[in-house]
Amino acid sequence: MGRYVIRRLLQIIPVFFGATLLIFLMVNVMGDPIAGLCGDRKCDPATAARLRAEFGLDKPVWQQYLTYMGNVFTGDFGTAFNGQKVTELMATAFPVTIRLTLVAIAFEIVIGISLGVVTGLRRGRPVDTGVLLVTLVVISVPTFVTGLLLQLLLGVKWGVIRPSVSSAATVDELLVPGLVLASVSLAYVTRLTRTSVAENSRADYVRTAVAKGLPRRRVISRHLLRNSLIPVVTFIGTDVGALMGGAIVTERIFNIHGVGYQLFQGILRQSSQTVVGFVTVLVLVFLLANLLVDLLYAVLDPRIRYA
Amino acid sequence: MRGATHAKWAACAVAVALAATGCGGNGGGGGASGVVSSSWGDPPNPLEPANTNEVQGGKVLDMLFRGLKRYDPRTGEAKDALAERIDTTDSRNFTVTIKDGWTFSNGEKVTAKSFVDAWNYGAHLKNNQRNAYFFGYIEGYDKVHPEKGRPTAETLSGLRVKDARTFTVKLTQKFSTWPETLGYNAFAPLPRAFFDDHDAWLAKPVGNGPYTVASYAKGSQMSMRKWEQYPGPDKARNGGVDLQVFTDNNTAYTALTAGNLDLVDDVPASQLKNVRADLGDRYMNTPAGIIQTLSFPYYDKRWHADGMEKVRKGLSMAINRQQITDTIFQKTRTPARDWTSPVLKKEGGFDNTLCGEACEFDPAEAKRLVAEGGGIPGGTFKITYNADTGSHKEWVDAVCNSINNALDNDRACTGNPVGTFADYRNQIMNRKMTGPFRAGWQMDYPLIQNFLQPLYYENASSNDGKWASEEFDRLIDEANAESDAAKAVTKFQDAEKVVRDEMAAIPLWYQNGSAGYSDRISHVTLNPFSVPVYNEIKVN
Repeated sequence: MGRYVIRRLLQIIPVFFGATLLIFLMVNVMGDPIAGLCGDRKCDPATAARLRAEFGLDKPVWQQYLTYMGNVFTGDFGTAFNGQKVTELMATAFPVTIRLTLVAIAFEIVIGISLGVVTGLRRGRPVDTGVLLVTLVVISVPTFVTGLLLQLLLGVKWGVIRPSVSSAATVDELLVPGLVLASVSLAYVTRLTRTSVAENSRADYVRTAVAKGLPRRRVISRHLLRNSLIPVVTFIGTDVGALMGGAIVTERIFNIHGVGYQLFQGILRQSSQTVVGFVTVLVLVFLLANLLVDLLYAVLDPRIRYA
Repeated sequence: MRGATHAKWAACAVAVALAATGCGGNGGGGGASGVVSSSWGDPPNPLEPANTNEVQGGKVLDMLFRGLKRYDPRTGEAKDALAERIDTTDSRNFTVTIKDGWTFSNGEKVTAKSFVDAWNYGAHLKNNQRNAYFFGYIEGYDKVHPEKGRPTAETLSGLRVKDARTFTVKLTQKFSTWPETLGYNAFAPLPRAFFDDHDAWLAKPVGNGPYTVASYAKGSQMSMRKWEQYPGPDKARNGGVDLQVFTDNNTAYTALTAGNLDLVDDVPASQLKNVRADLGDRYMNTPAGIIQTLSFPYYDKRWHADGMEKVRKGLSMAINRQQITDTIFQKTRTPARDWTSPVLKKEGGFDNTLCGEACEFDPAEAKRLVAEGGGIPGGTFKITYNADTGSHKEWVDAVCNSINNALDNDRACTGNPVGTFADYRNQIMNRKMTGPFRAGWQMDYPLIQNFLQPLYYENASSNDGKWASEEFDRLIDEANAESDAAKAVTKFQDAEKVVRDEMAAIPLWYQNGSAGYSDRISHVTLNPFSVPVYNEIKVN
């Protein structure tokens, strides 16, 4: 098992280099960012040249990449155009996004899995059909519609929440944005769990457990659920990365200064240092989340072993 | 137990993940009494006076600094602030005397040296200041900020400190209205703290204006508080201002309607239809010193050919400005009738008859003129614009539609969006434009000179189309040398008429500043730069 983890961690290295190189090249294709810094007028050539030199933009791309990677390993992710260190931006953005993601994941797990189990055990009953219909609606409505609608209803019309999150972004402020962010995945988790539970409830080992005379509660939680959760865990694991990077829409709607917002700003201002830095960290999060999922398989299903 | 060992390894992986992300946190400000909360955008450049060239950073500087002159928030007239007097006999050598009794909020006296040091800093190449060219009229600028190579001097030779309250300025040419430009932020004085510990200053700027910075969380919020000892006449009438960065102007607007925000100075285009119903008379729509035009690539021979001025005039007459400003912009823009802005007022050189028939919608005449001028080069053209900000797509499509209808040709004009502003500016600077392109101009100071010289003078900083006219340049030089203000304005208008006759750029519309505010505050106004006059706002 330890070997397996080390091997997986080593595999992260080439993926990391490949991903950063790709992103670096993609940001560079957008062209020279200095021109955008001077508003609707020409940067005077001398200042533009100095700015280019300061951000290392006067060198060929491969050299820029090597310097950048060299700096990354010393913990220096470069500087954004407004003079802020990218590490400083990360230090403010990531905690907020992590909190938002955790809230969203909590919703997915608590609501999604419970609904999934309930519907899976009561296939064909009204509660099952009802939940299926609701999830269908949630999946088909785009996130920004749900977001704007909830913001308008809860924030402006009924005044239950503040429509915009403050810069502190505490967990209670993030409840509604988290729910919006989680909504689509939540629907998927419900459906995945339902199918999985429905399928496994007819499995031999469940029948055996029931025949042994185990209490229903124990059959469901110990035998049925544990095996049924494998596809769900896979989904939630990969969703962690998607939620963190893909929260741009939700973050913009609710004024959350997280990773999505910083990435959006970075792309608009063509700040390669910001974009590459943030995406690099996101890539790492994605890889680690996947590793975690694989390890959790073994926890959930004793038949799976890693050597 | 096998399950437990597995769980342990899973926990290890979690630990690695957490170590990789790192943690931090920051506290947010609450709504203290007497404090105005206002929407803000993250300034793209470091917050230094000579490095700020857009409105968001400009808001802060306007609260934090007072320069020699200040533009009257209502009339736009340049009035003495720190300047006791600025004397000249030849429109080229100026002696500046500073009022006594001004200090920075850290107690340091504002002296002649505070200005000279600040200007030298702003002009010097090594400091990478985006607005360095503002000092370009001062003698010695070419030494501290050469076009190529290294600077050969440390300070501007045209600046001399005479005593604690006086300094002299020598310009490279006659420029009678130069003192009027001194209200621009780039000319603000700077305390020693700025030079001694630059990073600390940037983290918490110190100035001499009616507010001080209480706290600054970059990218999210800046809390400005009233400076009780402020010596000027325009003291803050509220306890302070919290500038809050919003990710989206729609969100800021929603926060305003929900009562969580006091002031939004950028009402999103999509909300213009509802704004009267939502805010009633707490919505403002006042002229600002911004004009939108269509420029042409004069480096492209096809647009430079003889007769093309007729085509350009024809295109101008094919645009139904009134309809577009009414429907797309909901009257937040006014059809342009000259190449300046209504905020200059008549005395300042604004003349709503100057463009005349060339700016009137007349499809028949437009069609005739375009044909007479030899037709559109290549039979079809594209209007290039950046699609990432503003609602440029909507109006460009409307302008094209208007032109196509007037010319009875469905394919005469199409839009050509460019993804980002930086890329758009790049293409312009690399002379990649093949047809007309969007050009917006926000004035730096309310002078007619600022609407003409930077845009149409040969090789000027914002002459993106590379238009050139000897007659125009000559008239501008004469106007700058003219010591009588009224005569200078007339000369500038003569120069503007050259722009008109050549139709160097098609004027589209004057842009208004718009703002909405909550019922918690009153006395909200926008100055001609479309920035709220924060110090006059009262909290009920």
